[in-house]
Amino acid sequence: MKPPRFTYHRPESVDDALAVLAEAGHDGKVLAGGQSLIPILNMRLAAPGHLVDINRLTELAGVRTEADGVRVGALARHAEVEADDAAAGRVPLLRQGLRLVAHPTIRNRGTTVGSLVHADPSGEMTAVLALLGGSVELARLGGTRTVAAADFFVGPLESCLEPGELAVSAWFPALPGHTGTAFLELARRRGDYAMCGVAAVVTLDADGAVAEARAAYLSVSPVPLVLDLTEAVSGQAAATADWAAAADLARARVEPEADIHATAEYRRHLAGVLTARALAEAAGRAA
Amino acid sequence: MTAEELHDVSLVVNGVLRTAQVPARRLLSDVLRHDLGLTGTHVGCEHGVCGACTVLLDGRPVRSCLMLGVSADGHEVTTVEGLTRPDGSLGPVQQAFVECHGLQCGFCTPGFVTTATAFLRENAQPTRDEAVQAISGNLCRCTGYQNIVRSVLRAAEIVRDQGVQP
Repeated sequence: MKPPRFTYHRPESVDDALAVLAEAGHDGKVLAGGQSLIPILNMRLAAPGHLVDINRLTELAGVRTEADGVRVGALARHAEVEADDAAAGRVPLLRQGLRLVAHPTIRNRGTTVGSLVHADPSGEMTAVLALLGGSVELARLGGTRTVAAADFFVGPLESCLEPGELAVSAWFPALPGHTGTAFLELARRRGDYAMCGVAAVVTLDADGAVAEARAAYLSVSPVPLVLDLTEAVSGQAAATADWAAAADLARARVEPEADIHATAEYRRHLAGVLTARALAEAAGRAA
Repeated sequence: MTAEELHDVSLVVNGVLRTAQVPARRLLSDVLRHDLGLTGTHVGCEHGVCGACTVLLDGRPVRSCLMLGVSADGHEVTTVEGLTRPDGSLGPVQQAFVECHGLQCGFCTPGFVTTATAFLRENAQPTRDEAVQAISGNLCRCTGYQNIVRSVLRAAEIVRDQGVQP
């Protein structure tokens, strides 16, 4: 349970980090919070030749709340994003999801951008980014590109980063008015991987009727799954909407797999229950 | 195979500046135990699940098995050894664990003490539910947790009654 050998780099600037990553190519790996990477190294599931520690890159630190969303730098720890009142005000789903990410001790060190790059299908922040239609900014030697959430997650534990690329920030866009969000999940123990989780967003029209209802799912698909459930509840008053019908729709569309923690059928059941609850809670906040 | 490159690490541990030369892959938990001789930090699962190795990094609890020693260069670390009172007697959280029988084999205890200390610094008068939640990331295989929860609440009392820092 010790990491294998690697060459350690601790660049002092983003340019230096990109130069090292370009040289290391496929053999390079970025270390930010390390809350996923170090276990992987300890268990020898990966053995990168070069580890690039970005913890000195203060230019990547911080959470910036803007008029139309929140930009989270690659060095911002989950705990820092969670505690940011301005960010929670602009994009409430951020804090709603972050409080479910592992335990507070892990959130003190783990970074939000790092968890996106790690692309764990049971990661809360992957679902948040997908549901909000956010994006990740990637830098490489000589250029940058912005990748939308829909293209960012490629498969389980696989994001679209190319060798030599560094994720420098993530963008979580704000939602329009009359919109509420909620995040619910069920795990065997508090802080464990969720057997199923649902992030929900509901937008009401001027009369308080449901205009749009969408949800994102974790632990039931290889990449974050976003479902538009509007058809089940469109035009219904928020207080009396048929959330059970939306839950039925969700159950029909998820295709979970079984593992030792839960059967596929149980996960499907949870997806329905949590969908109804999360949509109702989101609608309550939309008014 | 060539000799492994060593890196100079200098960090303040329990208020004392310490230095070591370590391979980059050495975990902070191992730097504390092997290089600095501070065996109060216990290593359980080595993948972040059990919480036994929890230390305070710049005052905040982190898993020392999920951090490289080289990454701690220039930072302050507090281990369970650093949570005594200035005269060397047990700190309030340690005292509470003794009073409430909050340990049996003691393996997990350093992680509970560091975690509870940081928690009480943020929330000096927790409810039972808050105390339970605060220690939910630490595993104990002996006690059944009841006396650990009692210890955390008792530590809050000691801190309040004696007007001391957790």
